[in-house]
Amino acid sequence: MSKEVIASTATKPRKLSAEEIAEIEHEMTLYPDKKAVGLEALKIVQKHQGWVSDESLLGISKYLEIPAADLEGVATFFNLVYRQPVGKNVILFCDSVSCWIMGCENIKAHIKDKLDIDYGETSKDGDFTLIPVPCLGDCDRAPVMMVGPDLHRNLTPEKINTIISDYSSK
Amino acid sequence: MAKIVIDGVTYEVNPNNNLLQECLSQGLDLPYFCWHPCMGSVGACRQCAVKQYRDEDDKDGMLVMACMTPASDGTIISIEDEGAKSFRSEVIESLMISHPHDCPVCEEGGECHLQDMTQMSGHNYRRYDKKKVTHRNQYLGPFISHEMNRCIACYRCVRYYDNYAGGTDLSVQASHHHVYFGRHEEGTLESEFSGNLVEVCPTGVFTDKVFSEHYSRKWDLQTAPSVCVGCSVGCNTAPGERYGSLRRIVNRYNSEVNGYFLCDRGRFGFDFVNSEERLLEPIQRKQGKAELLTAAQIEVSIQQFSSAETIGIGSPRASNESNFALRCLVGDDNFYAGCSDAEYESLGVILALAADAAFHSPSVREIEQADAVLILGEDVTNIAPRIALALRQSVRNKAKELADENRIPQWQDAAVRELAQHERSPLSILSPAVSRLDDVASERIIDSLPNLIAFGHQIANKISDSAATAVSASSEHDDTLALIAQQLLRAKRPLIIAGNSNGGELIKAAANIAKALQEKNDDAGIDLCLLVPEVNSLGMGMLVDPANKLGAALARLQDGDAKRLIVLENDLYRRATATEVDAALEKAEQILVLDQLPTRTTAKADIVLPATAFSEHEATYINYEGRAQLSFQVNKCQKMAKPSWRWLNAAEHIDDLVQRCCNEAKGFTKLSEVLPADNQFVAGMKVPRQSHRYSGRTAMIANINVHEPKQMVDDESIMSFSMEGVPSQKDSTILASSWAPKWNSNQSISKFQDEVNGELKQGHTGILMFEKSTSVGAYFEPPVNSLTAAEKQLHLAFGFQIFGSDELSARCKPIQARMTDAYVGISPEDAQSRNLVQGDTVTISGTDSNVTVCIRTGIKTGTALLYCGEGSLNPAEFSEFIEIEKCEKQSASLGMRNLILSDLQDEDKSS
Repeated sequence: MSKEVIASTATKPRKLSAEEIAEIEHEMTLYPDKKAVGLEALKIVQKHQGWVSDESLLGISKYLEIPAADLEGVATFFNLVYRQPVGKNVILFCDSVSCWIMGCENIKAHIKDKLDIDYGETSKDGDFTLIPVPCLGDCDRAPVMMVGPDLHRNLTPEKINTIISDYSSK
Repeated sequence: MAKIVIDGVTYEVNPNNNLLQECLSQGLDLPYFCWHPCMGSVGACRQCAVKQYRDEDDKDGMLVMACMTPASDGTIISIEDEGAKSFRSEVIESLMISHPHDCPVCEEGGECHLQDMTQMSGHNYRRYDKKKVTHRNQYLGPFISHEMNRCIACYRCVRYYDNYAGGTDLSVQASHHHVYFGRHEEGTLESEFSGNLVEVCPTGVFTDKVFSEHYSRKWDLQTAPSVCVGCSVGCNTAPGERYGSLRRIVNRYNSEVNGYFLCDRGRFGFDFVNSEERLLEPIQRKQGKAELLTAAQIEVSIQQFSSAETIGIGSPRASNESNFALRCLVGDDNFYAGCSDAEYESLGVILALAADAAFHSPSVREIEQADAVLILGEDVTNIAPRIALALRQSVRNKAKELADENRIPQWQDAAVRELAQHERSPLSILSPAVSRLDDVASERIIDSLPNLIAFGHQIANKISDSAATAVSASSEHDDTLALIAQQLLRAKRPLIIAGNSNGGELIKAAANIAKALQEKNDDAGIDLCLLVPEVNSLGMGMLVDPANKLGAALARLQDGDAKRLIVLENDLYRRATATEVDAALEKAEQILVLDQLPTRTTAKADIVLPATAFSEHEATYINYEGRAQLSFQVNKCQKMAKPSWRWLNAAEHIDDLVQRCCNEAKGFTKLSEVLPADNQFVAGMKVPRQSHRYSGRTAMIANINVHEPKQMVDDESIMSFSMEGVPSQKDSTILASSWAPKWNSNQSISKFQDEVNGELKQGHTGILMFEKSTSVGAYFEPPVNSLTAAEKQLHLAFGFQIFGSDELSARCKPIQARMTDAYVGISPEDAQSRNLVQGDTVTISGTDSNVTVCIRTGIKTGTALLYCGEGSLNPAEFSEFIEIEKCEKQSASLGMRNLILSDLQDEDKSS
């Protein structure tokens, strides 16, 4: 039997900021009970913090009176709720059928070269995190990817160079 | 009744059930995982697929999930259809893809539902040769081990833990191939019913950590039907023994009492039997030296004690037989109650109410059927835990009602929950502090005990004017009380729960409410559940004359009116003040104490006789509802301990003793009905305690002697210490752990039930002892409250803990790992005015007792909730009001970290 266990994490909740609380309060007016707001609250916190830390998760759990275990269940169910820190820009890179036909593997290799990161990793300067997604619903302009909220189509290695320099903080 | 055809055979079935349940009820083999008899269907695992045909002409049919299809009239299905069979074998193959090949080292092996179902579905060769998904395991506390790699994602654990038992700290995380069942972070599982995960999980994800300390395969355990001695519910258990030590306890199905589930005190609180502290030799102390007594000497001593000058003190934790044997030895007049005077007085009230036809004492199953519940002052979760689990089911009756209205079958678990959302049947809790059932409570009032009593009388008065009302300090709860009265009046099956953990007045108020309801409904017997603290509190209470209180016995000893004393399995220092007990014991010329473990009382004894523990003798106990149950001996005590009744009565056969108790003791007429009839057994052969697969009998003591010794003979029981005989394969007259061909796990129980969730075919559920008189007693008068708290004084209420408030289980290591120190719970206001912070130590004035302060937001200002810890404080020492004073902080031995309360004040707030 494996002796390896998951190390204990945070035990103290973080106090949610006034902005976060205001937005969560707004969502609460739209749902019949507090528990239903869990996912929205996670998204709100992620918007402000970039990701959902253990402290934030406990903070939401306390504020909405949802057991931490249940909230963790919601948070980990969705791939786009980040339970680890991510870079300033999250690249959602489509590796589904259409993009694959249109050569997304080369594009990915180019990103990998350029940023020195693979799927699930964050670049050393903290600017980019690369995550694969199954489909972005824009197959006729494949290959596609999103950087933060923006969609980029018909990708080529040259386009990637421009995009990366546009989003880089330097 | 509906008629359905399964593989060409017509069966009469209940159309309100689903096909899986009915197939199992008919004794057919159909594999399943996610369905559980107590939790209904969700259709998650797809294992119970069968072919369903539109009509007789339909030759193709279609696959349906048996658990999701109603057994409606005219249904034609096939379990044996090749298409259905191959579908099921493909389902199990995919469920098994990441399951490790670790059966030889897995503790579930040999009683694993997954093993059984894999065999049954015909999957025997693994084609998948890729990497398996693996997980990291969590530390889940002292009771449960976690091995996530074995998980097949049937969701039974979270459905049991969250939905059924109301736990909040186990959840399903992530999704698809890496779905994970665990806590948000490592830590002790908080639910008082976490141990059932071991039996609910169809494979070895959750296993019994206490058992794994000294593990044995199921078939190697010697086992017998037993009864839990942890509280007054009397859950049925199947303890297992090997090599002379008790290894584990699992649930034993009783449709009326515990069903499929136990609490963690019952499951993990048995280790005291194996304790190194156990008293194992009969000794006599002379001038401070202990001498071993011979059998002849003991007989002479017992003779000396059978004179009129001997007082016998009984025990609520000893069997009827032992109490009765002591009563016979010392005579009725000299046999006294072994509980505190206050407790005995309220026990008298409970016994009087038991005979009143206005009330019905509900079984656990009946408690689940209540559609409006009022708990008056009792902390059910910590006093009779299994009943708290039943109450969690009672609040779901509203959901079932809604389902019926919407014509959704009740077994459609997910649909019924979705429909009901937060709709629950009313459960009102009136208590001195926040309780662990509050999350399902509809109304709750927290107040001091005198006010709670007054509220009880007010509710009774609101139901019927004939009940006298009482004055309470405030009228702030008037609306709530009126609402509770309305809910109880409107209910089809209302239930009132009280108990004697905080005196008898709450019981009287509860009885008035039930009586008022009975008057209004003109019903036979309103459900009135009165809880008592120990396994045989009622049995002892029935054997002792109402006037024979412990205080009177101690006074007689002190006066010199009686010279000798026999104490039966009891520590008097928990029952009366140390001063009283000291004074009485000092005066007694000779003291004989029978017990299993050393106590402060055995320390004062001249003669100590070692008594066997619950698994080492046959015994009957009477539970809170008056149900007499028989507990068989599991194994022989290897040392010199004997059952207390045997020490006190050397010659009589146990069955004769029970028979005599029937004839001589008032109220015990039906006791002998619990004994199995000799003629029930094939060719006079006994029922084996060892399974037909019991192994290693020749090798067990080969390190000492290579000759296999003769098996021990049991002259006193219908069971034998052997594999020989007729095992319980179909007949459940005496059924410890169930087994049926192809069904090695506990799921085999369906083979013994008359239908799923029904009674065991040949078994009986115990005998209800109380005869109802037709006369209905008068209403109780509310107490006249003359005492008021002086300045700085706090109203005292006793608090309890599932782990710690029971004397014997508190001496088990696994239970100790969950215990806390004695504490006094007070409100933040009371803490502030006394300059106290969380965790401070205080002295209770007038005593030399120091306790830790526990500041709780769910306690009314002016009330102190005192948890006495495991024997560290003696409840008999305290009066109705206490004062607390800060004293030097003491290093607590157990600390408070195990305290699971929803209302503990944050440390940063109190500082």
